[in-house]
Order: sequence, then C-alpha cells, then structure tokens
Amino acid sequence: MNILPTNNNAADTLLKIASWISGLFILLFFGYLLFDITINGISRIDLGFFHNTPVNAGRQGGIFPMLISTLWILALCLCIALPIGLATAIYLAEYTNEKQTLTRFIRRSLNIIAGVPSIVMGLFGYAFFVIALQLGFSILSGALTLAFMVLPLLIRSIEDSLRAIPQSYRLNAHALGLSQWRIIFQILLPIASQGILLAVILSIGRAMAETAALLYTSGYVMRTPDSMMDSGRSLSVHIFDLSMNVPGGEQSAYASALVLIVLLLMINIFTAFISQIIVNKSIR
Amino acid sequence: MKTTAIPAHLKAVPDNYQVAPSASQLPTHINIENLSLIINKQLIFDSLNLPVYKNHINTLIGPSGCGKSSLLNCITRLSDYNKAKVEGQILIDENNILDKKIDLIALRRKVGMIFQKPVPFPMSIRKNFSLPLKEHGIKNRHDIEEKMEQALRAVGLWKEVSSRIDSSADKLSGGQQQRLCIARVLALEPKAILMDEPCSSLDPIATAIIEELILNLKEKYTVFLVTHNLAQARRIADFVAFMWYHDSHGKLVEHNHADVIFENPSNPITAAYVQGLTE
Repeated sequence: MNILPTNNNAADTLLKIASWISGLFILLFFGYLLFDITINGISRIDLGFFHNTPVNAGRQGGIFPMLISTLWILALCLCIALPIGLATAIYLAEYTNEKQTLTRFIRRSLNIIAGVPSIVMGLFGYAFFVIALQLGFSILSGALTLAFMVLPLLIRSIEDSLRAIPQSYRLNAHALGLSQWRIIFQILLPIASQGILLAVILSIGRAMAETAALLYTSGYVMRTPDSMMDSGRSLSVHIFDLSMNVPGGEQSAYASALVLIVLLLMINIFTAFISQIIVNKSIR
Repeated sequence: MKTTAIPAHLKAVPDNYQVAPSASQLPTHINIENLSLIINKQLIFDSLNLPVYKNHINTLIGPSGCGKSSLLNCITRLSDYNKAKVEGQILIDENNILDKKIDLIALRRKVGMIFQKPVPFPMSIRKNFSLPLKEHGIKNRHDIEEKMEQALRAVGLWKEVSSRIDSSADKLSGGQQQRLCIARVLALEPKAILMDEPCSSLDPIATAIIEELILNLKEKYTVFLVTHNLAQARRIADFVAFMWYHDSHGKLVEHNHADVIFENPSNPITAAYVQGLTE
C-alpha cells in the first residue's frame, strides 16, 4: 500500500496554497491601507469637513474647494477623453486590421504615451496647455493633460473589448442589411459594455490619483474655482501638500485621503449603475 | 455504412470538363454566370455557371474548401468584407448585383441568409426583430409586432416564445435559435433565402423540424441550400449542384435534378461522392 502522496497531489496542493496566499496578501495589504487611513483620519471628518474652506493651510477647516476642483477636473477630463477614446477605439477595431502599418503606429504611440512618467506629462501640459495655448493654470489645462494620460488605457481596453466580439455577429448583422452605424452602436457597443465600463473605471481611478501632472497644470492655490479657466487644487495635490509641506497637517492629510478613496468608490458604483441602465435599455 | 475512398484518378476534375447544360426550363431567380472568387491572391473557385430556380430547393454539395460558403457570401455581397475579388456576374431579376451601384441594404432584404451556427443578437427576442425592421424603414411598434408574430408563426416558434418576447434570445435552445434566425430573415419578406449548412450544429430532432420548415418555405421563397449532409440533400432537394476540387480551387462538376444526381450521375466523381449515401 502506497502511503506517500503522489507527485501530482503535492504540486496541486502547493499551487492552491500559493494562489490563496497571493490573494490574501493583496487583500490584507489593501485592508491595512484602509484601516490605517481610517484610524488616523476619521476624527477630522464631520459634516463641516465637506463644505468648509480650509483654515490655517488646511490643518483645520474643510476641503470644499478641493472637492469642487477634483470633481470638475475629473468630469472635464472624461468629457474630453471618452469621445476621443471611443471614436479611436471604434476606428481601430472596426475599420482597420491588426497588421496594418497605421494600426501598429497608433498602438506604439499610445504605448509610449502610457509609459511617460506623470511628472513629465505635467511638464508637457505646462509647456503646451498652460503656456503655449495660453490657458494658464486652470481646471481646463489639468483636465486636458489628464485626458492624454488616460487615453492610452481607454483606447486599448475598448479596442480589445470590441475585437473580442466574434466576427459572426457582424456578418449576421450585415446579412440582415444593418448599417455600420447601427451595428456598432446598437449591437457591438452593448456587447462590449463590460469591458468599456472597466476601462472607464480604471481611467477614473488613474485620473483621481494624479498628483504631479496636476501640480503643473491645474495649480496649487486653495481657492474654489468659478470657471474652468480658474486654477484649483485637486484633492491629491492637497494630500501631498499637507503631508510634505505643512507640519501638523498629517491628520488632515489622512482625512483627505479617506475622502478621496470613498469618493472613488462612490463614483465607481455610480458609473456601474448608469452603464447597467444604458445597456438594459439597449437590450430590451 | 460503407465508405469509399475516392480513387486517385478521380481526385480532380480534368481541365476540359464541361458541365452538362441544365436540364430544366424553369424560371431562374438567381443566375450565377462565370463567377470566380479570389481572396488574398488565392483562387477559391473558378468560372462557376449555376442557375438557381425560383420556388425550388436548390442545393449545393461538395467537400470542404471548395468555396461553397464563399459562393453564398458573394450572392449577398458579404464577400466585400473579406477584401475578395469577384469576377463574373450574379443576376437577380436581371440586375447584376456585383455592380458597385447596387443598394446593399435592399439586396440583403431581398436575399436573406442563414448561417451554420445560429447567431441571435444577445438581446431580447423583440429587439432581434425590431433592429432589422427599423433599418428597413418599419418603425411603427405595432407593425413590428405584427411582422414579428407572423414570422414566428411561420417557423413554429410563436407558441413557444410568445410569453417571453422580452427575454434574452440567448436563452433559447440551439434549434430554437436557428428557427429564430430564420424568422428574423422571414420578417423582412425576402424573395430568396440562402442557407449555409443550417442544421450542422443541431441535433437530429431539431434538424427534422428545420427540414420540414425548409420544405414549407419553397412555396413562397427560392431556397439555396449548402449542405454536407447527403441524406438531407436526398430528403429535401429539388436540384443538386456538385462542386469538386480542381488544382486546389473549386469547380462546378455537375448540376441536375436531385434524383438524377443521386441515381444516375453522369460524372464518375459525382458518383463516387454520393455513393456513401446509398448504403
């Protein structure tokens, strides 16, 4: 009777354990992060934190101007990046094939843009939007720069989602005499909606986390912007300032970080909800 | 069932082979004249001459790779999407549909196509009908429902799905999905229906249901069916066209009434090919 485990069993168990440990490790890390931020920051958070302006360089008071700036930059960035990203991805997936020179050139360019460090993008944004286009330090400059940073991921994800749709759907749709417009917007995009949603959520996360790029383009001053040509300080820049430049600002920094994470979570849920409604409407 | 390997001297149609002229004086609906297809510099089939008779079940049989599916794609101009080069003419009601000026949407309304694997759109059954109907100008919700019900009754699906018109078409079984695809084409009121091996991904019972449907369809529509299933061709075909290889591209070998092809074919390659069926 063989009492030793066979090789197969040991390897399988090892693999199982290793996978679990990796997963748990990630969860623990994220859990610790949340825990740390909450414990240190929760005491600063009350209703006033959200609608008051900062006092004493942010050590007291609230984060209202930063919230406005962050949401405005994010909304503007998406308004710019989504149409361009969607159009480019549709063009690449539906009107070109992967072997064409133009496709490969666009893809390579996007990969390069994706790899540019955010501080370099910030400097580019400064030189181009702030100075050359004379937009100055503004919500608009920040949103435009962020749009460039977010576009490679957006285009690639949407394009991949569309290319993953089997050709048979398109053939059947053409055989029924459907126009290209209808095929893309009423059949392909709804099918690809999960992938597109994920791309949008990742882009939002990237945009909200951006600090260096916004430092050079949307500004540093803690004022509530009145128009998109005004400058404003985003929440991420505020966290940076409080933790690095303001002695005694750590608690406010923690509180701002907590708000940023919760805001991100709420936006993700909202985006998923909206997209589910849109998809349901196009399917029924 | 006895199977026969094709003897070596029959492997290819000889260069000078002429297809016997068609024995029928019936009105033709689609006339394929001297059609050749080249995709990516590769010749798929060469100089095809084939009449498709109105209100009959015309079948096309032959081994894989002869270009049978590609031929169907040419008739609905789906070959355009493969960067295919098509030479020759396809006349439908005296118009050469290979002409650049042809209205593709109108063509695809007149000539419907059913594919091997049923592909209902992943949306509600209702939407599967309303999308093409709206494209072809029928926007009124009541009209759409009427045409949808008519088509579903014609394929025998109405009783099965009338209570779940708004549920996803994905949830239907394979046979139901294929019937849905046929209904979707029928709702557009075509004149001809092309079918590319419509039963090959279905079980025998679903196949029988679809075959009966096809037999009913020939009353109102012209049917052009590609099939690998010789028994099926025997069961339902009125006319059979047989394609075979020649120099690694396809060529039409013989075309005649179904019983002539199966009982008394004039070409020895045809005889060898259909022989497996007679056991």
